[in-house]
Formats: sequence, structure tokens, C-alpha cells
Amino acid sequence: MIDKMPKSWNRKTKPHLFCPGCGHGITLKQLGYALDELKIQKRTTFGIDIGCSLLAWNFLNCDTIQTHHGRTTPVMVGFKMAKPSRVAIAYMGDGGGYAIGLQSLLHAAFRNDPITAILVNNENYAMTGGQMAPTTELGIKTSTTPNGKTLNFGNGFLGPELVKQISQKQSFVARVSVSQPEIVKLTLAKALQNQIQNNSFSFVEVLSICPTNWKTDAKDSFLRLESMQKYYKLGEIKDESN
Amino acid sequence: MNKNILQNLSGSQASVLGALAGGAEIMFGYPITPATEILQGWVEKCQKDASLSYLQTEDETSAGFGVIGAILAGKKAFTASAGPGNVLLQDPISMAENLRLPFVGIMMQRGGPSTGTVNYSQQEVTLTAFGGNGNGLRIVYSASNIAEMHDLTSKAFSTAWKYRFPTFVLGDGYLGKMSTKVNISDSVRSVTSTLLLKEQSEPTYLRNCYSSEESFADMLKDHISDWNRDKDKISESESYKCKHVSELVIAHGIVAEAAKEAINSMGSRKIGLFRPITLNPFPTLQLKKVLQDNKIKKIFIIESALAQLSRITKYELFDKDIQIIEIDKPALGFTPEDIKVEIGKI
Repeated sequence: MIDKMPKSWNRKTKPHLFCPGCGHGITLKQLGYALDELKIQKRTTFGIDIGCSLLAWNFLNCDTIQTHHGRTTPVMVGFKMAKPSRVAIAYMGDGGGYAIGLQSLLHAAFRNDPITAILVNNENYAMTGGQMAPTTELGIKTSTTPNGKTLNFGNGFLGPELVKQISQKQSFVARVSVSQPEIVKLTLAKALQNQIQNNSFSFVEVLSICPTNWKTDAKDSFLRLESMQKYYKLGEIKDESN
Repeated sequence: MNKNILQNLSGSQASVLGALAGGAEIMFGYPITPATEILQGWVEKCQKDASLSYLQTEDETSAGFGVIGAILAGKKAFTASAGPGNVLLQDPISMAENLRLPFVGIMMQRGGPSTGTVNYSQQEVTLTAFGGNGNGLRIVYSASNIAEMHDLTSKAFSTAWKYRFPTFVLGDGYLGKMSTKVNISDSVRSVTSTLLLKEQSEPTYLRNCYSSEESFADMLKDHISDWNRDKDKISESESYKCKHVSELVIAHGIVAEAAKEAINSMGSRKIGLFRPITLNPFPTLQLKKVLQDNKIKKIFIIESALAQLSRITKYELFDKDIQIIEIDKPALGFTPEDIKVEIGKI
């Protein structure tokens, strides 16, 4: 693991505003390295959602637009249509991508809109204080599932698997975990390359940790992440029909 | 030099030509009656001109946010919608209002609340001008005939990009679907668009979320100050037969067109029409001048809604001691005869 600050980070806004131990910092570090390695920082436009991701509004040395909850995907779709030469990233949380903004995410995938969507899955609505998200697994206690999530709210939401189902074959869809930062970087780079080289849609879900709302220390945060990885399978999601 | 061309056009077709004249490059839309013909008309233009583009989105919310994305990339972008679509569009329009984005929307009003009826009303005045969780810093034109569907749509792009407030043209299904021969000017002086995410070495950071009430209030204060500085330059109206009158009709859109005919048939009654072309900002100075130049005793505010125009008008005239009579028919149209009969009762 490289511990140097990525060149594409905006140093003036560091240390960042995420909670201590938050997985966003790890994810954005790997995104920073991916932008550095691909040398695309100057031609990248970064779109971010509401929720914890909004704290990244001046995080990168890239033009950035902070949008409404779940609306980053359509903003970046419209942006990319108007400016095909730019690299467009839509960065969101699991509430923004799988609840309020799911329709837009699915249709961007369905149309093969050439953007790279990155979704951080920490199994809860963290900015509002840890409510149930579509990704919350069965039995997990949150402020809106005080006795543990039951099946009538659905099991943990399998986003990449769903997205891949309706994506076109040129799409790149994967799930990674902040427990493996180097793989996060390589996968994000691959997703960005798919936009640049194939003019196609790509989607990466990043399994993340939320010590503040999980009420876990460093060790327990990574133990829970390990357990998440048993339910949420890591790797590229392949199109089984091909 | 302006070249006027006489063409047989529907209001929707005129609006599409207006968007082209205003320099529009890209449209995002979702089919909804009675605005669908604008989307279809734009798609037709895209088939003939590779520099134009469109996206039929999954819903109106995405259409509005797509417009925002394209505007950030420096394109003149727009959408067209109606009723429940206008409701969904309040999400992106609020963001455009916050970030002073030159959002352009053509809103073809239909009956509401809810799905209501699909063709006609004037019930989207409040929603378009003051919807969302902001302060109503939005420019709203109301077209009263087909030529204006063209001219105001064209103008909306320049107004939006010049003043940086979201800008709308209100029409309705009758106006959109009826056809007539109109003179269309094919040459306008259009304000150019610019990159809002600037692609410079120092990145542009745009956000709509603030952590301090004071810093957000300061930003709003600047926006409100710009609005107050520019509102009289933006506001427009028409005064029709307003010389030596003692009564005044105030109406907008297609109802104002019917009011003109009604006034023409009222013989010796000393009555004129004041038509706000911008419902927001309201042409207050222009109305007050008509009131000053005449000894107006009665004002009739006529609209196909429950007191949406009259709420705006009464707010501006709070200090005037003039009798105001509201003639409201939510969801229903007015013929010139209807107006003559209603006014004749008083």
C-alpha cells in the first residue's frame, strides 16, 4: 500500500472532513491514485451526491459538482453528453444509488451512458445518523431497525448484480472492499478506462466501514467488513448470459 | 437583418423553433401531455442537425438534472413538461435556483392538483415561480399566443444566461396544439453560453450544501440583491387599450388573448387590459404607471386558477385603494363571451 498523498487530491482541504476511520477516505485515496496513474486528473469532472459523499465537494483537484440526493448520476449523464471529451465520475452512497437514485443508476447502465459510477456501501444512512439502508443486512440494528433488520425490509441489496443484469455487454461492473485498497485502485482504474477507451458505462461498489454509526472500533469495523464480504461477493460481476 | 417568415405552426412547433433561435443545443425530456410535442419536435430537428442532441430520460427529475449537467458543461439546455412533471422538476429547479444555473423550462400547464386533466389550466403559476424550498428567484414568462411561444422561448435562453436565474415559459395545451399562420423572425441576438465548470488549473467547486447558516444567508443575500437590481430590466407587460379607462382587466396567457376580444366588444365601457408577460418578476412599475395615468376604480383579475395571478398582483398593489374583483375558473378556459358576461354582471 502506498501512503503518499495522491497528486490529484486538493491538499488545501486536508485533513479531510470525514469521521475518523471512515471508508470514504480510503476509497478517495485509491481513486486519487487511479487518476494519477491514468494521468486524467485535469480532464476529470467529479460529481458527488448528498449524504457523507458531499464532504468531498472540494476533495479532489478536479472540477466538482455537488448535487441532490440520488441525482449525481443524471447530472453526470447530462454533463458527459454535453462534454464527451471529459471523464465523468458520479460518486454516491448506498442510499443515493440504491434507494432514491436507483432509477437513474439503472437507466444509465441500461443505456450504456459513458460515465463511471462509484458507490460506497457502508450498510447505512450515515450522514443522517445511521438509519437502515437497502444494503443493511438481515439482523443488523440501526436507528430505524432497533430490533434488527427483518426480511420484510428485504435482505442486503445486491446492487452490482442487478446493474449487470440490465447493462450492455461493454459495461464494467465490480464490487471491491476497502480491506483491499490496491484492488480498489486497480478496479477504479479499470472502470475509468472503460469509460475512456470503450465509451461505456462502468459501476464499482466499494464495501466500506462506518465506525461512527456502527459504533465499532478499528478492529471490530474490519471484522464486520469481513462478515459483509461473505454476503457481498467481491470481484468483477460477469454477464452470465454471455 | 431580421427575416420574417410566415409559417403555419402549432404553439409547440413555434416553441421548438424558438429554442433553436435562442441557441438551444440539447434537450432532456420525458413525454407528458400536453408538452410531448415539444420533445418530439426537438427530436425531429436533431435528425437533421448533428450539432443538436437530446435524451429521453427515465423521469422528469432526471430530465431536469440532465439539463443541469449539460449547462455545467456550457451548453444551452432545456426541458419541457407539465403538471406532475413540473412537480418532479422542482427538485432540479431548486438546485438551479441555488447555484444560479441558467435552466430553461417550457411548462405547458394542465389541470391539477394530481394528474387532473391533460390539456389546460393556469394552475402552474405558483409552482413554476415559487415552487421548491427557495425564495422564488425564477423568471416566468407567460405566452398568450403562438408567436409568443416562439419569441418568449427564444428569449428565455438569453434571459437565463444573462441574469443567471432559472427561466420558464408558461403555455398550455390549447396554445401548444392549436395552429395558425405566424410571422417568425429567424434572427435574434442571442446571449452566448459559457463553461460553468471551467476546466482551469484551479478547479471549480460548486456545491449547494452549506454547513454555516451565516455563509448560506450571505450567498442568498447576494442572489436577492441581484434579483432586486435586475427585476425591472427583466419584467415585461402589455397594456391594451389602457388610455382614459376607469376599469382594468388583468390576465395572462391565453386568457389575456380572450380578454382583448372581450374588451373590443364592450363598446363604450371604459375598460382596458394589463397583461403581465413576466409573472415573476411582476411588472409592478408598469402596472402602477397604468394606474397613475388613469383613474382606475375597479380591477378584474381573470384566470383559469384559484387566485394564483391575483395573489401575486394583490401583493404588489397592497397600498392601492382600488376594488379588486377576482374571476377564477380553475381548470376551465374563458371565451371572450365568458369574460364579457362575467364583467357584465358587475
